[in-house]
Amino acid sequence: MVDKILPLNVKNAFVKKRGKRIIGPIDVQLSTKGFTMVMGPNGSGKTTLLRLLHGLENPREGKLKWNGNIESVRLEQSFVFQTPIMLRRTAIENIIYPLKLRGIPNDIATKIANEWISKINLENSSNVNARFLSGGEKQKLAIARALTTKPQLLFLDEPTANLDGSATKEIEKLLQEAHKAGTRLIMTTHDMGQGKRLADDIIFLYRGTIHETAKAISFFKYPATQEAQAFLNGDILE
Amino acid sequence: MNDIVEGMLSAFRLIFSLDADLFEIILLSLQVTLTAVVIASIIGMPMGAWLAVNRFRFRRLTIAILNALMGLPPVVVGLIVYIMLSRSGPFGVLNLLFTPTAMVIAQVIIITPLIASISHQAIRDLWADYHDLLISLNTTKRQRILTLIKDARRSLLTASLAGFGRAIGEVGAIMIVGGNIDHLTRVLTTAIALETGKGEFAFALALGFVLIALAIIVNLAIHSISKTERASNW
Amino acid sequence: MKLTIRILAFLFILLINGTVNAAEMKLAVTTSFNNSGLSDILLPEIKKDLNLDVQLLVVGTGQALKLGRAGDVDAILVHSKKAEEEFISQGFGIHRREIMYNDFVIIGPFNDPAKISQSKTVVSALEKIAVTKSLFASRGDDSGTHRKELSLWKIAGQDPEKFDASWYRAAGSGMGATLNTASGMNAYIMSDRASWLKFGNKGDLKLLFSGDPVLFNQYAYLSVNPEKHSHVKFDHAQKLEAWLTSAKAQKLIGEYAINGETLFIPNANAKVN
Repeated sequence: MVDKILPLNVKNAFVKKRGKRIIGPIDVQLSTKGFTMVMGPNGSGKTTLLRLLHGLENPREGKLKWNGNIESVRLEQSFVFQTPIMLRRTAIENIIYPLKLRGIPNDIATKIANEWISKINLENSSNVNARFLSGGEKQKLAIARALTTKPQLLFLDEPTANLDGSATKEIEKLLQEAHKAGTRLIMTTHDMGQGKRLADDIIFLYRGTIHETAKAISFFKYPATQEAQAFLNGDILE
Repeated sequence: MNDIVEGMLSAFRLIFSLDADLFEIILLSLQVTLTAVVIASIIGMPMGAWLAVNRFRFRRLTIAILNALMGLPPVVVGLIVYIMLSRSGPFGVLNLLFTPTAMVIAQVIIITPLIASISHQAIRDLWADYHDLLISLNTTKRQRILTLIKDARRSLLTASLAGFGRAIGEVGAIMIVGGNIDHLTRVLTTAIALETGKGEFAFALALGFVLIALAIIVNLAIHSISKTERASNW
Repeated sequence: MKLTIRILAFLFILLINGTVNAAEMKLAVTTSFNNSGLSDILLPEIKKDLNLDVQLLVVGTGQALKLGRAGDVDAILVHSKKAEEEFISQGFGIHRREIMYNDFVIIGPFNDPAKISQSKTVVSALEKIAVTKSLFASRGDDSGTHRKELSLWKIAGQDPEKFDASWYRAAGSGMGATLNTASGMNAYIMSDRASWLKFGNKGDLKLLFSGDPVLFNQYAYLSVNPEKHSHVKFDHAQKLEAWLTSAKAQKLIGEYAINGETLFIPNANAKVN
C-alpha cells in the first residue's frame, strides 16, 4: 500500500506570470475523500488553481504541503485537460503508455488497457489513431488513461466543456464510478447543473482568490457571498 | 540538347546491360550515404529532441549555430576531415584516408546539423502539444525524448530523407577524402565529376540520371515501408 | 525503431559485400596519365603479374607530391622534374625513376585567330597568343602541366602574373575541366596529347601546334621513403617500380595508341639517385 498523499494543505500560495498575479493568496485544505467542484466566472483562475495543485505551475510564494513523500505525490495523481492531449498513437496505446512508464510489463499493461477500452465502449476503435476519434471519445480515453494507474487524486479541467449531452452523460458516469471507488476528484466546471449533479463540496473562485468553500448542498441553496449569489443567478461578474 | 537525349539513352543502356562497374558504384554510393544517414540520425535526432525539451542558458545561440551549420560548405568539411585523417594529421594512425569510412565521416559531419535542425523543429511542435501531458505523467527527460522521437517519427523520416538527399548528391567533400579511387571509393557523384572532366558529357549525364533515379527509388521505398507500418499502428 | 533496425541490417549486408583482401597500395598519378586510358591497360596486368591492387588517386602533380610528403600514398607518378628533385633532396623519396614521356600540344580554335599553326617554336606560338590577346585557358592549379606552361611563358619573356583576365583565364582545375572551359570559350590551351585525344567535348577546337622538343614531358616514378613514413608499403612500391621498368611494361606503354596515334614513349633508365 502506497502512502496516502492527502490531505493537502496549501498556505498563502501565489502564481505569477511575468510579475503579474494570476491567482493568490490561496489557502485551502483538500481532505482525503470526496468530489470537489471548483466554480467561478471565466478568468477567475480555475484552471490555474488546478495546475498549481497538480504541480504544473510553481507557486511564486507560499507552500503546498502533501502528506507523503515526493515520489508517491507525483505518482498518485492524474490530470485530465479541457482539450484532451492525445499521443499520436492508437487508442489502446494511449492507455498503455502511462502503465509502461511505471514499468508494468507489456502483456499486463495490454490486458488492463483492453479492460478500459471495453469500459469506455471503444472496442471498435481500439487500433484507430487517437487523433481521429471524436471529441467525446478522446475525452473518455483521456479519463481512462488518467485512471488506469489508479491514482488517489484526479484533477479534471472542464472535461465536458466542448461535448454534447450524451458524451457528457457517459463521462459523468465514469467520474461517479471513480468517486464510488474512492478516488479523490477535483474538477472545474462552469456548468451549474453539473456541479449540482456531481459535487460533494464547492470551491468558489473569484478574481484569483478562494471566495467561498462550502458543502455543495448549502452552496447552491445559501451562498455565503454576494458574488457567489450573483454567479448562481447567472449575472455577469467582472 | 542532343547530349541530354543521348545521356538518357545511355543511362538505359547502362542499367539494362547490368554493367558490373556501374552496380559497384551504385552500391558504394548507397552504402556510404545510408550509413552516414543512419549515424547522423542517431546523433541528430536525440540532439534535436534534447534542444526542444531543455531550457538552458545558451539554447537560442546553440540553435542559431546549428541552423548556420546546415549551410556548412562540404568542401571545407572535406578539407578538415582530410587534414585530420592524413598520415601527418592527428588521426593518421587509423589509416582511414581514402577509404569509404572517411567518406562516411565527412558526410556525417555535413548532414548531422541538417537532421538535428529539422528534427528540432518537428519535435518542438510536438513538444508544445505534449508538454502538459508528459509533465503531468511525471516522465523523466529521457522518457520525454524517447516518446517525442517515437511519435514524431514521420517528420523525423523527412529529416533523414533530407539528409539522404544532401549526402547522395554531395561531391566536394567525398572527392577530397575518398580520392575517387576506382573500385574502392568511386561513387556516382565523383564518377560524374570524372566523366565530365573527360568531356564525356553523355556518359556523365547517364550517371546523373541513375543518381536521380536512385534518389527517387530510395525515397519511395522508405515511404512505402513507413506506410505498411502506419496501417497497423500509426 | 523497427525501420532503423531494418536499415541497419541492410547496411550490414552491404558492408560484408564490400571486403577486399588482395595486396594493395596507393599511387598518386597525374590526370594526364589517367585520362590517357593507359592505366586501364596497365592495372589489370599489374594485378595479374604481381597480385597487387594499385589504387589510383588522380590529382595534379602539386597535390600528388603533397600526398607523398604526408605519407598518404605509397608512391607517386608525376611529371615535374624540378619539384621531384626537391622531393628527393628533402628525403621524402629515395630516388626518381624515369618511366616514359609524352608531349604537350597547343590546342586552339579551328580558325586559329593568332595564326600559331605556322610557328617554328612553341615560344613563338605563345608570343603570338599574348600579342593578339587571344583567349587562353590555363590550368592554374599548380599541376605539372601548369608549371610547364608557366615555364614556357617565362622563356617567351612574358609574365603570366601580369596577364589580363580579359583573355588569360586560369581555370584552377584539372586537365579535363580546363579543356571543357577552353571548349566553351573557344580558347587556346596547352594540353598533354593523351588528354586531348581522349577528350570527348572537342567542340570547335583543333590541335594547332606540336613537336617542339621543349614540349616533351618526362614521367617519373617515386616511392615514398619508409624512413619518413614507416607505414608506407615500400615493398609493394618497389615491386611496382621494377614492373614499370620491365621490358614487358615498357612494351605495353610503347604500343598503347588512340586512333592509331601512340601517346607515350617508354624510356625507363637505370636508378638515378
